[in-house]
Amino acid sequence: MAIITFSIDGEHYSAREDQTILEIAREHKIPIPTLCHLDGLSTVGACRLCLVEIEGSAKLQPACTAKPVEGMVIRTNTDRLKKYRRTIVELLASEGNHQCAVCVVNGHCELQNLAYEVGLDHVRVPYLFPSKRLDATHKDFVIDRNRCVLCTRCVRVCHEVEGAHVWDIGGRGINCEIIGDMNQPWGESESCTSCGKCVRVCPTGALFEKGATVGEMHKERGFLKYIVTARNKQQWIATAHEEE
Amino acid sequence: MTLEDLRELAGHEQDRQTKFRFRILYCSSAGCVSSGCDDVKKTLRAALDAGGFAETCELIGTGCLGLCGEGPLVLVQPGPVMYRHVTPAIAQRIVDEHIAQGKPVEEHRVNLADPFFAAQTRIVLERMGTINAESIDECIAAGGYEALGKVLTEMAPEEVVAEIRKSGLRGRGGAGYSTGLKWDIVRKGKADQKYVVCNADEGDPGAFMDRSVLEGDPHRVLEGMAIAGYAVGANQGFIYVRAEYPLAIDRLRTAIRQAEKLGLLGNRILESQFNFRIDLRIGAGAFVCGEETALLRSVMGRRGRPRPRPPYPSESGLWGKPTLINNVETFANIAPIIAKGSAWFSGIGTPKSTGTKVFALAGNVRNTGLIEVPMGIPLRRIIFDIAGGTPEGTEFKAAQTGGPSGGCIPKEHLDLPVDYESLATVGSIMGSGGMIVMDSTASMVDVAKYFMEFCMDESCGKCIPCRVGTKHIYLLLDKISRGEGSAEDFGLLKELCTMVRETSLCGLGQSAPNPVLSTIRFFQEEYTRLLKPPTEFADGGTGGAHASVSAEGKE
Amino acid sequence: MKPRVATAWLGGCSGCHMSFLDMDERLIELADRIELVYSPIADVKEFPPNVDVALVEGAVTNSENHEMAHIIRRNARFVVSFGDCATTGNVTAMRNRFTSEQIQQRAYIELADLNPQLPSEYTTLAQLLTTARPLHEVIPVDAYLHGCPPTADQIWFTVSELLAGRVPVLPPAYLRYG
Repeated sequence: MAIITFSIDGEHYSAREDQTILEIAREHKIPIPTLCHLDGLSTVGACRLCLVEIEGSAKLQPACTAKPVEGMVIRTNTDRLKKYRRTIVELLASEGNHQCAVCVVNGHCELQNLAYEVGLDHVRVPYLFPSKRLDATHKDFVIDRNRCVLCTRCVRVCHEVEGAHVWDIGGRGINCEIIGDMNQPWGESESCTSCGKCVRVCPTGALFEKGATVGEMHKERGFLKYIVTARNKQQWIATAHEEE
Repeated sequence: MTLEDLRELAGHEQDRQTKFRFRILYCSSAGCVSSGCDDVKKTLRAALDAGGFAETCELIGTGCLGLCGEGPLVLVQPGPVMYRHVTPAIAQRIVDEHIAQGKPVEEHRVNLADPFFAAQTRIVLERMGTINAESIDECIAAGGYEALGKVLTEMAPEEVVAEIRKSGLRGRGGAGYSTGLKWDIVRKGKADQKYVVCNADEGDPGAFMDRSVLEGDPHRVLEGMAIAGYAVGANQGFIYVRAEYPLAIDRLRTAIRQAEKLGLLGNRILESQFNFRIDLRIGAGAFVCGEETALLRSVMGRRGRPRPRPPYPSESGLWGKPTLINNVETFANIAPIIAKGSAWFSGIGTPKSTGTKVFALAGNVRNTGLIEVPMGIPLRRIIFDIAGGTPEGTEFKAAQTGGPSGGCIPKEHLDLPVDYESLATVGSIMGSGGMIVMDSTASMVDVAKYFMEFCMDESCGKCIPCRVGTKHIYLLLDKISRGEGSAEDFGLLKELCTMVRETSLCGLGQSAPNPVLSTIRFFQEEYTRLLKPPTEFADGGTGGAHASVSAEGKE
Repeated sequence: MKPRVATAWLGGCSGCHMSFLDMDERLIELADRIELVYSPIADVKEFPPNVDVALVEGAVTNSENHEMAHIIRRNARFVVSFGDCATTGNVTAMRNRFTSEQIQQRAYIELADLNPQLPSEYTTLAQLLTTARPLHEVIPVDAYLHGCPPTADQIWFTVSELLAGRVPVLPPAYLRYG
């Protein structure tokens, strides 16, 4: 494998020719924001946050798919890129219903972090306040499409890693949404293995485990009666998981 | 069948045709179907039979006759004499007066010396309206598959590629990439399997060039694809055509079946070692599937969403194999280039944009329909001579080329030559060939809004700038068109347009802002006069008092 | 003359104002440096003219908020969106997925303990707008203070910057939603 040299933000680097700009940047701790990208999944170049400038090329290239060539001059953090990244996050914020204060991932959300990273102090376009579907029919998980940024990580992890391909995209344009099976309720899905991979890769609170929200918190105290009865009467009662 | 057999078949068919005194060709393309050509055909058939002309007069459904705005159209050969707005009653008169007595029905006669016909140069459309769209024999009699025979018997694949490169032919789908160069890349690709794909997912509003070619002369496209297959080393072709074109699909199916039967497609074509199959893939009508990477995914049965390039399809296309993808009109140019030579072709048009371009004329002009003109023809000549100018009492304002991906060209650029480079200098594109003419009654803000609504609806939703950006651009245009937009809104509109253009993943998003940017460039005043004055807040100020903070920051 | 500061409470929960009070002992310093001319925590009935800085909590969700927003903008030189509801709509805007009729049905009929009835006249009760909007979609806003609620430190920083004659540019640590 040939080694090539090029520059990123004025510094010279060398790398294998099969590495993407993003991989190289990560190796060298050069910050490039991403959203749809996740190590381990295929790259789709969809979120456009990782766009970089390449000298001599009019077109911006996504760092997650573009590979440097010998002598390439790459810039990752120009004013133009910063402006576009901010606008992309702005568009995302306007597209869904992102009420951080009442969200299960508040404080651990990649969209929230992106907003901080790009310095999004307010959104200039009108909020669209869509009315998207929430599906809580699955026994363990919930999908709240109001918080979905359509990064398709769930679609990819389910197809590429779990091999179940429960998720895909329905509709198009601004009406796109994540759908399960043939647009059926999650709880009725026969392909879902309930592995929870989609929940773990979701960058926002769109996919989450049940029991995580304030309203759902309940205390299971059935264990107490179970243990006490067992100790005192040497009886193993069947009420172990019943709620008191 | 060998090439000799093919020529013999052509001779037989020519003989058969000369036996008729008259050939009556009625346009059977979608435009004339919608204006009622089926009834006209029935009347003609009945009148010919009743008048005893069944033996001497042939009635043929042909491809688009061009003057679509005046259909149904009927052409009588010899002459030829063309009739417009033919109703069943007129059809009866054509038989009674023209066929029976040799006296054309003058009041419905089209002047074929009119610039609409006389100023055209027909290569792609040369057989349109002269042959039966469903007869391979007629096609062969008119020279069909002769070029395929030539490459299979006389030319090596690299010679074919070289010939196409020398012709200067560029992609007719809009971007104008060198066809020969693309073929060369696919030819040089090392793979056990290669594919040829025809992009017939024509989707621009008002555009029907490809549909007309497929309906009127499908063999032209099949022949071009087969030659391409031979040149690049592919044995499988796909035509991706949208389900909204049922007649084109029908005619393609018929044509493929006929060609296979004669050994012009399939195994050992013309008894050579060359095998080439063509299959149809029917698209569900998503505009984005006209984008090549989305189209290829759709051909493979997956959701039509574009992916970043590189790799280009010529390196990694269908199932990861080198894939040549060209537009219908590009393939339709191949056979004539092979038959008549690259020098002949490159002599037409301009040095950098050779050959001709088919345009679908629509909008505020007298003649709407399908035309083919040499590249480099001044826009003025298309609009005022061929299209006959705008209707009485109105004035030309702008022409929109390239549909939702293109831009408008105002009056001051009427003398612009229509070629790839010149159109780009004024912020428009050649596009696939839609040309919509607007007169002084049109609002350019509404035009921009119309196209943006189209792009918003057709965005696949994969990348954020296109999915959400087009929505907000549309909302801003709507707000401005209602007189509720502010100067800030106008500024944001421009900013979003630039951002969506530069950051979108595929051509759809990258070009979606073009109609807006182009109308702002030439008709900014139409926007600014719709903007509402700033709201008055305290002391005649407009709020947002950053400047006065320091003055007030005293303790 | 000390800068004239106002705070206002539109469609929000008053949490931002609670957080304002959480500035604790710094309030004493603040009281020396500003004149608080209007606030839900000060008993002033009319929004006064000639205000230097207005902190506005809450989204614009009803006709009263809408009118108040314009009054504030007409009378204040520098308007700050105070908290997530003013900046993004936040919880107040969660109702936007429903129609005003559905909201009223839920609030005044389904959840009523006594006398379920829909409001019929709006002389004393404000009428809901079709949707709740962030403040800057209604009037021009000069600076944004995030958080649900913003922390006392964030508020102190913003106010201090303003008093020092600077447009507050929140350091990254102070940019936080939720």
